Amino acid sequence: MCANCEKSDLSLLTPVFEAFAGDDHALISILQKAQDIYGYLPTDVLYAIADKTGNSPAKVMGVATFYTQFRLKPVGKNLILLCKGTACHVNGADSIEKALVEELGVGDGETTDDGLFSIKTVACLGCCSLSPVMMINEDTYGSLTPAKAKDIVRKIREASK
Amino acid sequence: MKLVFGEGSCGIAAGARKVRAAVEKLNADGAVEVGITGCIGMCYLEPIVDVYGEPGTYPPSEASAEGGSMRGGNGEPLLARLVRVQEKDAERIYKAAASGVLSGVKDLEISADDKEFLEKQTRIALRHCGLIDPEDIAAYEAVDGYKAIRKVLTMTPEDVIAEIKVSGLAGRGGAGFPTWFKWNAARNAKGDQKYLICNADEGDPGAFMDRAVIESDPHSLIEGMLIAAYAIGATKAFVYVRAEYPLAIVRLEKALAAAKKAGLLGENILGSGFSCDIRIKAGAGAFVCGEETALIESLEGNRGMPRLKPPFPAEKGYTQAPSNINNVETFANVAWIILNGGAAFAAMGTETSKGTKVFALTGKIKRGGLVEIPMGLTLRDVIFGIGGGIRDGGTFKAVQMGGPSGGCIPEHLLDTLIDYKALGATGAIMGSGGMVVMDSHTCMVNMARFFLDFTAKESCGKCVHCRIGTKRMHEILTRITEGKGREGDVELLQELCNGIKAGALCGLGQTAPNPVLTTIRYFRDEYDAHIREARCPAHECAVLKKFEIDPAKCKGCTMCAKKCPVGAISGEPKKPHAIDQSKCIKCGQCVATCKFGAVSVG
Repeated sequence: MCANCEKSDLSLLTPVFEAFAGDDHALISILQKAQDIYGYLPTDVLYAIADKTGNSPAKVMGVATFYTQFRLKPVGKNLILLCKGTACHVNGADSIEKALVEELGVGDGETTDDGLFSIKTVACLGCCSLSPVMMINEDTYGSLTPAKAKDIVRKIREASK
Repeated sequence: MKLVFGEGSCGIAAGARKVRAAVEKLNADGAVEVGITGCIGMCYLEPIVDVYGEPGTYPPSEASAEGGSMRGGNGEPLLARLVRVQEKDAERIYKAAASGVLSGVKDLEISADDKEFLEKQTRIALRHCGLIDPEDIAAYEAVDGYKAIRKVLTMTPEDVIAEIKVSGLAGRGGAGFPTWFKWNAARNAKGDQKYLICNADEGDPGAFMDRAVIESDPHSLIEGMLIAAYAIGATKAFVYVRAEYPLAIVRLEKALAAAKKAGLLGENILGSGFSCDIRIKAGAGAFVCGEETALIESLEGNRGMPRLKPPFPAEKGYTQAPSNINNVETFANVAWIILNGGAAFAAMGTETSKGTKVFALTGKIKRGGLVEIPMGLTLRDVIFGIGGGIRDGGTFKAVQMGGPSGGCIPEHLLDTLIDYKALGATGAIMGSGGMVVMDSHTCMVNMARFFLDFTAKESCGKCVHCRIGTKRMHEILTRITEGKGREGDVELLQELCNGIKAGALCGLGQTAPNPVLTTIRYFRDEYDAHIREARCPAHECAVLKKFEIDPAKCKGCTMCAKKCPVGAISGEPKKPHAIDQSKCIKCGQCVATCKFGAVSVG
C-alpha cells in the first residue's frame, strides 16, 4: 500500500481506534490523537487510519491538509508558535518574526538542522493584550521585542545543551 | 484572608502561576487560603491577585467598600486588588495576607484610574469572570448557578423561547440573528433526534471573549446550553472549541464532569425526565469553521467547507438532523435572562440592539482587555472612556471591528453608536467583538493587506471568487505596499471586492472584501500616497521607508556602521555618518542602535 513511506509503530493506534469505535464522525479526533502520539502524521499512519475508518486515503489526506493543526513532517523539540493575529500585527509581530528567522536561520514551517526548533506562524493565540506573543511548547511569552525573542530562544538552546 | 490568583490564559502567560507557586511555598502551614479564578478582563494589569476578607465582614476601608465588582462570588469583601505582581513580590504578599496588614503591598494596589475600567462596565455574559473559581461547581452554585435551569424545567419550551424573544438577544458571534428565532425554527423542525451546537471556534484574530468565558465561567455556558437544549428539544449537544485553547478545553471538561456528577447533565436531569449530554469536539484550526455549515462539516469529520443554504441547519444540520448553533457569548447570557427576565435584558441597549456586548479591546490602547457594555454607548466611550485612549501618547487613527470580516472605522466616526445597524452603516460590523485600536503608525493599506493575507490563506477553496479573488487582491495590495502600485489599482480592487461579495457562498467570502472597502472609503489618501508617490504616510511599509542620518545630531560614534548588516553606513569616527540608499535594506538596526536619535525614518 505504501512502499516507500515511514515504518511507524502502528500498534500505538489500537487504543485510539478502540476509543472511537462506532463513531463515524471521529476522523478529525483520531488524527489529533495520532498526532499526539507520533508528533506528526506519518504517511503510513494516514493509510492505517484510512483503512480502519473506512475512508479513502484521499479523504484522510484531504482532511489532514485542510486544517492548520495537522503536520505531515516531524517538528523540532521546541515548537515556536508565533502569533500574527491583528493585535500582534499592529504591535510589531513582523519584527519578531524577522528576529527569530535571523536567530534560527529557518522560517515559517521549517525546522532547524539540529532539530531543536520549528517555527510556525499562527493566526491568533488569544493573548492579545500581551501582544506581540509567541508560544514555545506549553509556555506563552508576551510583550516581545526582537531582542527579547532572540534572548528567549538562546536561553532554551543553552538549557538543552 | 484569602488570596485569589487570576489564572486565565493571559494571567498565566503573564506569570500568575509562578507567583502563586512562590506564595504556596511560603504557605506550607496553610495560614492563608489560596485560590484561583478566571479572567477579570483587565489583561493589561496581569498578573492580578485579589485579597479577600471573610464572608459577611465589612471592608475596613472606604476605598474598597464600593460593592459590585469589589465583592467576591460569596459576597466576601475584596480588601485589595494587587496588580502586575511579580515572583519577587510573593513574600510580602504572603506576609500581608497572613498578618492581615495590607500596608506592605500598598504600592501593588490597583490605581483609582484603573478601577474605572471595571466600574464603567455592565457585566452579564462576564458576570462571574474573575470573581469565582471556574474549577469549582459549588462556587458557581453559590452565585445562583443552575437556578435558571431548575426554573426552566418547570416551564414549557415555548415559554422559554418567548422569554428569550422578549429579551431581544441576538447572536453574539457576529451575525446578530435573533436567538429566539433560531431556537423556534429548530423546535418546530421535524426530526427524532435534534442537536445543539456551541460555536466556540473563536477564529477572529483579536477576539478572545469566548475563551475568557469558557476559562472563567464554564458552568454558565453549560447552563445556557442546557436551557437551549430544553427549549428546542435536543438531547445531544456539542461544544466545538478551537484547539488553540487548551486551558478552555481542560476547564470545560472538568465542569462537564462536575455537572454530570451533580445530576445536571446526562439522563433524566434533576429528575425532570429531560436528558441532555454535552460533548467537546476540538477544532483543528480553520477560520472558515466559524461559519455554521462549515462547522457542521467539521463536526462530521470532513474538510470544513460550507454548505449551500437553504436548507438551514435548523432543518438539516449535523448528520442531516435539525440542529441549532449559537455562540459562547450568546449562551452565557441565557441563564441571566431566565433569572432576571427578558425585559430586564431588553431594557438595556438601543431600539435594534438589546442587552450588552463584550469586546476585546486590543492594539495601541492604554488599557487593553475585555469590556462588556450596554449596546448604545459610542465607540469613543469604549476606547477613550474605558480603554483610556491611545498608549504611549500616540494619536488615534482607526479602530478595526469584526476582524477579517469587518472594517476600519476612522476618527470622525468615533461617536457612532454600538448597535448592529449603526456599525453596519459604517461598512464595518459588530462582529464577534474584536476591537483593535490603531494609531498614526499603522498603515491602513498594510492593514488591508494583512487581512487579505489571512482570508486568502483561510479560504476553503470551494468558490472560485473567494479562492482566486482574495489571492489576486492580496497580490495587488502587496505590490502597493512595496511602492509598485499602478494607477487604477484601487478601482481594480473595488471591482474584485464586488465580485467576491456577489460570488461567494458563505460569510467568509462575502465579507472578506470589507477591510479593503472600508480602508479605501476612509483612507483613500494613503492608497494614493503609496501608488503615486511611493510613500507610506504611516512609515510602516518597510520597502518605502527612507533612513537618513542627521549630520547635526550624529556624533560619529560608528555604532550604526558596525551594526548595519549590509555595510550601507560609512563615515569616519567622530564625524557624521551617511547611509548609502542603494545598499540599505531598511532593517531599522541603525535606528535601534543610535543613542543620539540621529537616524530619522521618512
